[in-house]
Order: sequence, then C-alpha cells, then structure tokens
Amino acid sequence: MTPMRFEGRVWSVGDNINTDLILPIQAFYLAAEEQARHVFSANRPGWAAQVRAGDILIGGRNFGMGSSRPAARSLKNLGLACLVAESINGLFFRNCVNFAFPAIACAGVSAAFAEGDTAAVDLDAATVGNVARGTVLAATPVPDKLRALICAGGVFALLEREGLIAAASKA
Amino acid sequence: MTIAEKILARRSGRTRVAPGDLVTVAVDTVILFDNNFMPNRWREILAVRDPKRLIVVFDHRVPAPNAQVAAAQRTGRAFVARFGIERFHDVGAAQGISHQLVADHGYALPGDVLLCSDSHTCSAGVFNCLARGVGQPDIVYAAVKNETWFQVGATVRYQLIGTLPTAVTTKDAFLQIAGRYGDHATQNVEFGGPGIERLSISARKTLTTMAAELSAEFATFEPDAVMIDWVGARNSQPFEPVYPDPDAGYVALREVDLSALEPLVAFPDSVIENSRPIAAAAGIRIDQAFVGSCANGTLEDLTLAAQVVAGRQVAPGVRFIVTPGSQQIYRAALHAGVIAQLADAGAVITPPTCGACGGGHLGALGPDETCITATTRNFKGRMGDPSAKIYMASPATVAASALTGTITDPREFLR
Ligand code: SF4
Repeated sequence: MTPMRFEGRVWSVGDNINTDLILPIQAFYLAAEEQARHVFSANRPGWAAQVRAGDILIGGRNFGMGSSRPAARSLKNLGLACLVAESINGLFFRNCVNFAFPAIACAGVSAAFAEGDTAAVDLDAATVGNVARGTVLAATPVPDKLRALICAGGVFALLEREGLIAAASKA
Repeated sequence: MTIAEKILARRSGRTRVAPGDLVTVAVDTVILFDNNFMPNRWREILAVRDPKRLIVVFDHRVPAPNAQVAAAQRTGRAFVARFGIERFHDVGAAQGISHQLVADHGYALPGDVLLCSDSHTCSAGVFNCLARGVGQPDIVYAAVKNETWFQVGATVRYQLIGTLPTAVTTKDAFLQIAGRYGDHATQNVEFGGPGIERLSISARKTLTTMAAELSAEFATFEPDAVMIDWVGARNSQPFEPVYPDPDAGYVALREVDLSALEPLVAFPDSVIENSRPIAAAAGIRIDQAFVGSCANGTLEDLTLAAQVVAGRQVAPGVRFIVTPGSQQIYRAALHAGVIAQLADAGAVITPPTCGACGGGHLGALGPDETCITATTRNFKGRMGDPSAKIYMASPATVAASALTGTITDPREFLR
C-alpha cells in the first residue's frame, strides 16, 4: 500500500471545533469546492484563503463535534494534507475516512506544536513529530481496514468502481 | 458487557467485543432524508440490497423553501419510486422529523442497528438499540450493502435516581451532564437506574437525542416495561430487549439525582461545559424564543410550553415560534387544545420540520439577535447569522422567557 506520510506547515485551532464552524449554514447550497472557502469564516475570517496545499491541521479535544454534514470534505478540498487532534468526534472521523481525508487522534498534540511549525505525520507508524523540536508523539493507530479505505479514495470511489453508484456529476 | 457491547457482539457474530475492536455489522434500518438528495451531496444509487430496510423522510426543509430544495425532493421521490420504498414520509399527513418518526412509528426495535445520516439519530437509543448518525457516504454504503463498521468504544453509565421537580425537565438533566462532564468523544453513554421509571419515552428521548452533543458514539437506555409497551404497540415484529451484564465494565459510573436539579441554561456557542443555573441568565433580553426539534418537539414539550403561556401573552417584540416534531404530534396537540393555548398567547405554530433548529428556514436569526431555544445546538452561526447569540434551555424556560421578553425561571409560572 502507498505509505501515508505527510510533512507540512501547521495550523492550530484548539478544542471543540464544531461542524457549523467548518461548514457554515451560509454555504449550504454551494458546490462542494466553493463550500471549502467558508471554513472557519465565523471564527477565523480569511483563514481559508491562507491555507496552502499540504498544510496540516492540528485540533484539540473533541474535534468535529456536531452535524453529519460533509465538513471533512471541505477540509480535504481546501488542500489540507491531514488532520491531527487530541480526540475526534466519531461521526466526524467516519466522514474523514469516507471522504479519504487522513485523520488521526494523538494525545498531547496541541501542546507539541505552535502555529507555523512543521509536523511530520506517519499514519502507518501512528506517530506525529515536530520537525524543528525533534519530538515525536505516539498517536492512536488507524485500523488497517480504515486506512485501506482512505487509500482507496473513500467510499464513493469504492462503490463507483463496483458499479453500485453513478459517476459523480458536475452539478 | 454493556448494552452497546452486547448488541455489537451479537450483530457481528462474536461472543465478546471490547473497546478498541473494529467490527462489521448488518444494518436493520437505513434512513435517508431531504439533505441527502441535495445536488452537492447526492450520488445516484444504482442498486439497493434490501429496499424494505430503507426509510425516506423529508424533514429538514419542508415544505420546500426554494427551488433547490424542491429539486432535491424530486430526486428523493424518484429514488423512492425506483426502489419501491414503502416507508416514505413526504410532505403531508405523515410528515415529521426523522428521529421523531422513529418514535411515533416504532421503527427501531431493541437490539437493532439503525443508521441515518443525521447526527441526532442516537435519539432512537431510547429504544435500547444501536442507532447513530453517520455521514452521507456511510448511508449510501449501508443502503447499497446493508452493512457498516463500528469501532467499539468504552461506556459511561448514568444512573438516574429521584424524581424531577416541577418545571424541571430532562433537558435540564442533560445540561447538568454536559456542563459537568463535557464531551464523551469515542465513548458510549448508557442510561438506567430507578429514576427512569417515572420518565416518559418523550422525556427519555431528550437525553438520548442530546447525546450527540456529548460526541457520544451510542446512547442507550436500559429496557423497562414502559419502553417495551411503547414499541410493542407500534411494531408487530418480535424483539429481544438487551440488558447490560451484571459485571459489565464501565469506564465511569455516574449518578444523577433528578430531584436535586434546577432549570439550567447553556450559554451561547457551546453546549458542553457551558451550563449555568437559570439565575445566572435571568434578565437577558431576547428577540426570539423557539420550541421544537427532535429533542423537544413532542406533545409533552408542547403541552408544557402551553401550560406556561396559557391565559398570558407573549411579550411585545418577541417572536415565539413553536414547531411540532411531527404531523401526528401537531394533530394530537390540535385536538387537545394545546395549539389553541399557544396561538392565543401569541405563539406562531409552524408545520413540523427541523426549521429554525438548523437555521434553514422558518425562524433564522439576524445579526446580533438573541434567541433562547429548546433545541439541540447553540453553535455560533447555527440558526443564522454568526453574530446571533443562542441560549439553550428546556421548553418551560423558553416559554417563560417568551412571556417576559427576558430569560426567565419557569418556576415563576409553574408551581
Ligand atoms: S431538529 Fe435540529 S437537530 Fe434534530 S434533526 Fe433537525 S436539524 Fe438536526
């Protein structure tokens, strides 16, 4: 399997980030790509425009609490490489896996990074390192089956290959 | 094993499961709703394993507030027709919020696995089953393949004792739990104890519904005669209630004394770690008061609100909006005179829908407005403009506040 290792610039967002902040009601009717531009518009206006492809999002406790809306898809469409958080809401984690956005829980991660640091995340080894500080934290391993699903491009890619759902429309 | 562990073991064909295990289980019931059919989410399903397991509900935005939602509902109707789905709750006589319809119609049986891509699906855990909100891809996968995966979480047990005082509800009990213990990410919650026997299904359901706000994996209630009778009266299928083992392993055992509770209010932007006694909020001016949602749109909730406002008038400048959870509840409230009491007091009664709870229609908030709501969430921007402030409380507290125009202790009106 393709290795799942990412190195990138860190954005740090704190505890209890909810899905209404990630995918606000104002973006409800927009196409998926446009929804991504509204991430954190209520709590951090202008942030989405500063994100570069390959950046890494670091959250605190209970990341992604709230709704089933496809908020994880917005983080992926923003170009973020992956999410690391102290703990992740179970529904949000499912959406990460299903939309093929790598995510991993890691105790102690908030304190280990300042915004702008470089993180090295290894999903296979379940480690998260701060490159400049030389510190490495042990994360909660992602079960093989879920890792494989992320690698396969998520649920829709899988079902499409099996002919069980139609190809994505451009709508 | 705990209730959640026992159902997961049974349904995955194992003798035991333990926290951390990843299991694959067959799914009994899959519910799709109007948002699933929005063009920015929907992926056309070409095959369904067992259409009898599917339910389709239009609830978040009904009747359609605009052409886009109307188009999504057309897509949904075509899906229903294509696969011959019998349990379809379109706009009309059987309309309602999906989680309320599960209760109204006995769609969840003890021991079942039920999925819907709405986060408050844990509501059905009141019926001693494993019900949870999943994402759109999960729901499509379950509709197509009839199975899903779960990672087993550790369980926190809430032992309820005592009896609720007048004007205090299970919403206050929830706010007490959320305020004191915070999030339960990756954990299940299980409710039981001698205090449950005096709680109606509606009252219990507020607790399981609100468990989504704790980030709980599954919320379940220990079975008792009240629940078994409720389900038996609405669903003729056989079922087997699931009791926790006497030696079940809990990560925490917490007692909640219902008799010791008072009305509580969650302050804006967060439900957890944000509850304060009503006295701390009393006097805050409001623009809107709202009773509704899958947590508090039952006949019991509407009746409680009506008792508070009966014979009185909503304060000038306050919009008091009441949204019944289902058409069945609306009609029962109508025939019982509850709708008349509310409307005579100045409340606006909307059709059953999610409505203002999700900020989609029928009561969105404008800039800098303040609302007190008996719904599920008070996140920044949840009900409209991000600068609006959303306080959360019980239907009694919301109704009392509608009368005075400021956040008010319901015990001033109910004794
Ligand atoms: S009533 Fe509110 S919380 Fe419940 S399903 Fe509808 S939008 Fe979600």
